[in-house]
Amino acid sequence: MMTATRRHALRYFGASAIVFATAAPFAATAQDRTSVKIGYAISKTGGNAGGAGITTLPNYQLWIKDVNDAGGLELPDGTRLPIEVIEYDDRSSAEEVVRSIERLATQDEVDFMLPPWGTGFNLAVAPLFDRFGYPQLAVSAVTDKAPEFVKRWDKSFWLLGGGHDYTDALAKVLSTASSEGTINSKVAMISVADGFGIDLVTAARPAMKDAGIEVVYDVTYPAGTTDFTSILNDAAASGADSFVAFSYPPETFALTQQAQIANFNPKVLYLGVGTGFPMYGANNGANAEGIMSLGGIDYSNEENMAYRKRHEELTGQAPDLWGSVITYSSLQMLQEAIKRRGLDRDAVSDELSNGTFQTASGEIKLEDNQLRTLWLTGQWQDGEYVAVAPADREGAKAPKLPKAAWQGQ
Amino acid sequence: MKLTYGIPAALAALVVLACAPLFVGPYWLGLLIGLAGYVTLASAWALFSGRTGYVSLATVAFFGIGAYTVAVLSEAMPYPVVLLVAAGIGLGVALLVGLATLRLEGVYFVVFSFGLAELVRQLVTWYETSINGTLGRYIFLDFGPEHIYWQLLALAVVTLLLTWWIGRSRLGLALKVIADDETVASHIGINIAWTKITLFAVSAVIMTLVGAIQSPRWTYVEPAIVFNPTVSFMTLIMALFGGAGRLWGPALGAIPLFLLFEWLSANFPDHYSILLGLLFIIIVFLLPRGVVGLFDDRFGTRRAEVQPAASGEGAGK
Repeated sequence: MMTATRRHALRYFGASAIVFATAAPFAATAQDRTSVKIGYAISKTGGNAGGAGITTLPNYQLWIKDVNDAGGLELPDGTRLPIEVIEYDDRSSAEEVVRSIERLATQDEVDFMLPPWGTGFNLAVAPLFDRFGYPQLAVSAVTDKAPEFVKRWDKSFWLLGGGHDYTDALAKVLSTASSEGTINSKVAMISVADGFGIDLVTAARPAMKDAGIEVVYDVTYPAGTTDFTSILNDAAASGADSFVAFSYPPETFALTQQAQIANFNPKVLYLGVGTGFPMYGANNGANAEGIMSLGGIDYSNEENMAYRKRHEELTGQAPDLWGSVITYSSLQMLQEAIKRRGLDRDAVSDELSNGTFQTASGEIKLEDNQLRTLWLTGQWQDGEYVAVAPADREGAKAPKLPKAAWQGQ
Repeated sequence: MKLTYGIPAALAALVVLACAPLFVGPYWLGLLIGLAGYVTLASAWALFSGRTGYVSLATVAFFGIGAYTVAVLSEAMPYPVVLLVAAGIGLGVALLVGLATLRLEGVYFVVFSFGLAELVRQLVTWYETSINGTLGRYIFLDFGPEHIYWQLLALAVVTLLLTWWIGRSRLGLALKVIADDETVASHIGINIAWTKITLFAVSAVIMTLVGAIQSPRWTYVEPAIVFNPTVSFMTLIMALFGGAGRLWGPALGAIPLFLLFEWLSANFPDHYSILLGLLFIIIVFLLPRGVVGLFDDRFGTRRAEVQPAASGEGAGK
């Protein structure tokens, strides 16, 4: 992999008097090209580094390695050009991510930019991608406003759905199980007081109501909470058979442990981000069985399994079971669009909007610049985090309910 | 007094800076926005802290209040009114906080001001999640970066003029006495509390406006984004580096440091935080009175009217 050695853009800081000389951009012509420049700003430090380091950065690195091992990005005339990477750390700061993107577009003059991690940062850079004419394949951004954003920024693509998608799917799983008599029609919900938790619980309330599920317990807790004893006691006392937590990884892990200690055995246990980490299955062993969350994968998809193997070989860790494969697939779409249409960014954006792509997560055809064929609910079954919703999509497994009681340790 | 040359030179520089967006590319414009923002923040910080010795880490509390006000109100009322409301809220919070806490001294005030930023952030989070049921907010204002830049530039000019004027007013004179000896100041009839609160409020309102003006650049705002404590630390170190007690000190600190940070983050993205930490230590140990102070010592240009400097050794001597 060619890591960025050419961060030459700022070399003439010492002589900032020549500021004005930079006004005239000069683009390299196709003949003297020796590489395709791809740039991105990612949170390598700060609060977002955890998420970015699991779902986004390893996939960027894997894809760049895969492409360069194959001789580079293929262009419509069959020639290949290696990828040259320019990487910045946005340090989890909104102002920094904005300036990094400006630098990539106007100083480094990269051919394509990959998006940063997180809903907020993807929105912060969207106007810039649009102004400079770059397609933005936003993956790690869960937002119900995607249709609005597509109207506003026609080269933006939203690939992980919105809060409603996930909560509607969950409500459907619950109402199906309830109508079959497996569980009662009551749910206890808790959510983290941060972007993700609030979005999901706000979408879940009407979704549950429409599905005929009664929310009997609905509490928001501050991010970083470590003791859930009283919350779990209240949830157990609420009489609900289903317990749903729209939680972040530290709390997801804590809730799993504390529910066992409290011997709290809901028939449906649905937890938030972190459940889909391979580590979660490994740490909890047989006790992970039956736990549900967002995402999931189709283990019979050979492309995806091959991707997972390569990911583990390169990074030493398996990819998470929700956003990772979508991130990699979005890069495959970009690669294929460049192969079909060349390095012209308008043409590539057009191809991304209208083309059909074979990717690690199956065939992808965007609808209104959004990915609508997503795995929305997953469940740990026999040591695998399988996709259970939408139930009518090929590769979906039936949810196994009720969840078995905790096993003694 | 070299003012005869100073004023035309400053005016010429201002004209060049104001015209810059017409010539430079988007990247440099982004840099200029950052520069104008930090020059203003550092000058506003020094306006209070540099003259009273109260080292404040509350910069981002006001900065964030400004950004959030725009996020909440930008669709409900015209932009100038939004700015006025933001300034009003900043003023209100500053008065409230000032009345309650300016009796604290030294490190207690530092700790309190840092806590204030966190308190405001948690209050906003609580309000948004519990009362409003959302967390992030969108700002869709039809501003180009050049509009943001011009507003910030104007605010920077106002801040510097205000600093200059206060230095020459009765308020400035009172401050000098307070900084030299509070007991003497109170004995000769200076209202110490009122003087400090006025200055704190002026400084806070400017910081609030910087946040408000800059926020349309981010499109999406949530507490973790706008209440980022790094802003407070950067502001403080810039002001200290330049020399917090002088009119041009904070600006002279903000410009080179901002460019240095930019260069570091472009060329050493993986070592940025370490280098930044080292730089902080160096500045505090080697340049306790800032580059302006160093210049004065070397060339003896320091004027007879000694200005107090909020130096690295802590506040409230």
